[in-house]
Amino acid sequence: MSVDAELRQLRAGRGGRSSTDRSAYGFLAPWIIGLVVITAGPIIASLVLSFTDYNLLQDPSWIGLDNFRQMLSDERLHHSLRVTVTYVVLGVPLQLGLALAIAVLLNRGMRGLALYRSVLYLPSLLGGSVAVAILWRQIFGTEGMINRALSYVGIDGIGWISDPRTALYSIIALHVWTFGAPMVIFLAGLRQIPTTYYEAASVDGAGRWHSFRHITLPLLTPIIFFNVVLQIISAFQAFTQAFIISGGTGGPSDSTLFYTLYLYEKGFGQLDMGYAAALAWLLLVIIAVFTAINFYVAKFWVFYDN
Amino acid sequence: MKHLVLIGACLLMIYPLVWMVVSSLRPEGEVFRQSGLLLTDPQPENYARGWDALRYPFGHYLLNSLAVVAFSIIGNLVSCSMAAYAFARQNFRGRRLLFAIMLVSIMLPLHVVIVPQYVLFSSLGWVNTLLPLVLPKFLATDAFFVFLMVQFIRGIPRELDEAARIDGAGHVVIFTRIILPLLVPALATTTIFTFIWTWNDFLTPLIYLTSPEAYTVPVALRSFVDAQGETSWAALFSMSVVSLLPVFIAFLVGQRLLVKGIATTGLK
Repeated sequence: MSVDAELRQLRAGRGGRSSTDRSAYGFLAPWIIGLVVITAGPIIASLVLSFTDYNLLQDPSWIGLDNFRQMLSDERLHHSLRVTVTYVVLGVPLQLGLALAIAVLLNRGMRGLALYRSVLYLPSLLGGSVAVAILWRQIFGTEGMINRALSYVGIDGIGWISDPRTALYSIIALHVWTFGAPMVIFLAGLRQIPTTYYEAASVDGAGRWHSFRHITLPLLTPIIFFNVVLQIISAFQAFTQAFIISGGTGGPSDSTLFYTLYLYEKGFGQLDMGYAAALAWLLLVIIAVFTAINFYVAKFWVFYDN
Repeated sequence: MKHLVLIGACLLMIYPLVWMVVSSLRPEGEVFRQSGLLLTDPQPENYARGWDALRYPFGHYLLNSLAVVAFSIIGNLVSCSMAAYAFARQNFRGRRLLFAIMLVSIMLPLHVVIVPQYVLFSSLGWVNTLLPLVLPKFLATDAFFVFLMVQFIRGIPRELDEAARIDGAGHVVIFTRIILPLLVPALATTTIFTFIWTWNDFLTPLIYLTSPEAYTVPVALRSFVDAQGETSWAALFSMSVVSLLPVFIAFLVGQRLLVKGIATTGLK
């Protein structure tokens, strides 16, 4: 059962409780301490800090809504939001679309499936690393591999990463390159669709496109939905690639200034911890809103068999 | 036809990685001139140069990373399996609420907690130590793995617990003697994912590890880029390859577990 299915079941209120088992709290102790000290406590502390001016050296001083007022007129913040939303809105559908297309292509029983799956999955394990970001920086550089290849066919490439118009798209390309992980999830989902459905459809004369459109796609919607939710949440937090490729600046001309980069710069570059905490809370709200919209819209397109 | 498309896709996906390995063996200055894979004059000494290019030999950073990874794995295995046992097998007040909180915390963005966490850990004097990277793992903060193990424990027949209970076993005995041995596949999946994610982790070490002595591999590589700029791609690539090697080995050893792990938690 995926996370969203669990949550739906909890809301439906199934499953009762008979007696309280005190030893359970012993087993849960590390998790509960972690929840209080590492997760929930800091979330609340973040909220409090967002109403303060704090640089780590002096005690925080209460400034009310000043941080939030400052956000309204902070051009770089607005810019970083545009960059991040562009990344999410282009990167997530492109990555998931490719993952779904390849997964359908790699249908069951195909020869060499395990090998294809492994090879295509590998980049998603390496894609988050600094090493691959360094590689990307070279490949898309002015004298990088892509331009070298283009020069053989007589095209003078541009500096993909040094040009503000294309730098972000180089990073989106890196995100799409890591489609292997959702592809594996789709593959497992495809395997759960009973073959009898397809047999019945082909008896009725349905072609491959019809089978895909009316059997595969509807039955896969819960898994697509789950991937969309998780990928959007994680795409909003993308950091390493933009940081390494832009040398930590979000450049050129702030074209790769991801929200998280800006937050890092404010908090850990300029030690403006109060403002960084406010930025963190805004990010939480944005992600929560996107996720809520996702769950709401799901009613209209996600098909639950049970 | 279909195979042609897939083989093409695979080659395209793998090409950059292979090219990086080849480039790491090219004479310095030639990296730019080649987009192909032909290697006429391999230069293994690039690796020796890269190894010693930073303040400490690269092995120092590898050992730091290894220490973080090892403790993270132990922490995740112990704390997440305990929490998962409670959620999957025990009844207690507030279970539904806590379980819901655990599920939601899987989706929580790290950035929301990072500022106060830094304030806390730095006030304890833990900057430039491994504690801020490792301690949270002992407190089951990677809720994803709790969820993975809950799923797995639910699939273990309850009759086994019941039989042990009739023989007078308490929860500690049932957990350690019955559930844990059967949980090994999920523990293995947790190990391999923790290994890869912790090995690649960049933001947390970037924030907490400011002195080169404490750097893990990703932070060391980043300082390599800063120090050498674009002047020694081959040496930089050589250490990048070294840094990817453990992940690649983990992938070879555990791909079955990796594939199964993301598939089962991603399905309904």
